Amino acid sequence: MSAILKLEHVSYVYSKGTPFEKTAIDDINLEIQPGELVGVIGHTGSGKSTLVQHLNGLLEPTSGKIYIDGQDLWADRTKLRTFRFQVGLVFQYPEYQLFEETVYKDIAFGPKNMGLSQEEIHRRVLQAAAFVGLQEDQLQKSPFELSGGQKRRVAIAGVLAMEPQVLVLDEPTAGLDPRGRDLILDQIKAYHEKQRNTVLLISHSMEDVAKYATKVLVMNQAKVFLYDTVDQVFSHAQEMEQMGLDVPQVTKICLELRKRGYALPDNIYTVEQACRALSRLAALEGRGTSC
Amino acid sequence: MLKDITIGQYFPGQSLLHRMDPRMKLILTLYFVVLLFVASNLLSVSLGVLVVIVGYAVSKVPLRMLLKSVRPVLLIVAFTALLNLFFVDGTPVFQWGFLTITQEGIRYAVLICVRIVCLIAGTSLLTYTTSPIALTDGLERLLAPLNRIHLPVHELAMMMTIALRFIPTLVEETDKIISAQKARGADLESGGLFQRAKALIPILIPLFISAFRRADELAMAMECRCYRGGEGRTRMRQLHYSAWDYAILGLFVAMTVAVVLINRIPLPI
Repeated sequence: MSAILKLEHVSYVYSKGTPFEKTAIDDINLEIQPGELVGVIGHTGSGKSTLVQHLNGLLEPTSGKIYIDGQDLWADRTKLRTFRFQVGLVFQYPEYQLFEETVYKDIAFGPKNMGLSQEEIHRRVLQAAAFVGLQEDQLQKSPFELSGGQKRRVAIAGVLAMEPQVLVLDEPTAGLDPRGRDLILDQIKAYHEKQRNTVLLISHSMEDVAKYATKVLVMNQAKVFLYDTVDQVFSHAQEMEQMGLDVPQVTKICLELRKRGYALPDNIYTVEQACRALSRLAALEGRGTSC
Repeated sequence: MLKDITIGQYFPGQSLLHRMDPRMKLILTLYFVVLLFVASNLLSVSLGVLVVIVGYAVSKVPLRMLLKSVRPVLLIVAFTALLNLFFVDGTPVFQWGFLTITQEGIRYAVLICVRIVCLIAGTSLLTYTTSPIALTDGLERLLAPLNRIHLPVHELAMMMTIALRFIPTLVEETDKIISAQKARGADLESGGLFQRAKALIPILIPLFISAFRRADELAMAMECRCYRGGEGRTRMRQLHYSAWDYAILGLFVAMTVAVVLINRIPLPI
């Protein structure tokens, strides 16, 4: 299978040639296969946000090449816009970009820019709204009447409506309460499963990444530290901690329990996994519990 | 692209000029401008050049900053110089067709060039050596007497401070919104004037909304800390004129006398 996203020696330097010069990403080589849900983690300033802005041509790499579905992104500048529709990027706090009179019109902004027919736009708006769980009667409201979480969902729907092959979300749950966070992540997961496309999810929460992602990309000091399956990445628990990144809390607890002699597997990353492993253990000792 | 705009030209330092009272700096800058126009011959105006040179030397502001401040007005300087060169009546020294260059023309052209360059360089020195906060603070104190005629001086100064503070924030915000709308396929670079103006709507509306939101939050935060305007408000940083401030003021007065005297000396050109 050929990679949907391919980066070859991509580097980006901010304010090149001035005293404020700063290498944001350094010699990134990466291949992402179609259909993955990639969790991107790393410190503030590790280059995550800069990296994702390269994926749809918002930033031009200082050096290196980016291929989307085998096509060189910067080969023809006039076609740059078409790549923006292939790689949908949802920024941090996307609700601040809403501007239309109605929710419907705002979601339709992307598809309209693609030059689609009225019927197609209508279909996509309804579908995208359904993905993020917006009621039909909310579509005619002003986006500014909605609550914070709802605004966020409208903004995400605005990108989903472009039906991008790759969906990139930069911390889509920042500033939401736990319920709003789970809701959005579940919707993204459902969208990914239904559309079978590629999703990149930047997150600070190891728990979320462990729960939702199929693969994990760890950025550290402008470089890719690891790009592997969830199991593989979190088995580097010690190195991650040295970087100041955490493994999920439940993993830490299970590792600690293992040290104290409990026969738990060392690849537990979610509460559900821990629960199953613990009840199995309890059953072995003849004490029945359930989750 | 938007990041290239430099606002708040303050160039941090510890020089004598940096440490001067902002009020005195404001007064002397105005004084300097007046002095430049009082100086009416080349010798007296060169005193102004001297002030600029000494000022930059003392402040340790790099020379490229001087160039940066003067560059935008070079075109105006050249234009005024040309106008003066050709349209001042007097003794002709050169004639070609309808173009006449007179002795007085040359004199005025050089004089006006030196004046404008000194004016820009000198006033820039004020913003280079004074932080925007100190500047508005100084301005507020200088204008304080206008409170008597019910001009809300403190409020105006506070507004200016806040505006300066929020320029970089809003520039950053604009950059973000532009990126976000571009990611949704907004086309900002092509099309006619009308198309382009229309393409700005998705950027301006979110920008206005966030500016209002920030204003609201800031007002709330200020009220939470019991901000009540200028009445009875004390300051953390008190302004004091130092001996140096008076000494430099004295120098300027002496220079005024010198300029007036030199103006009377008849020069060959």
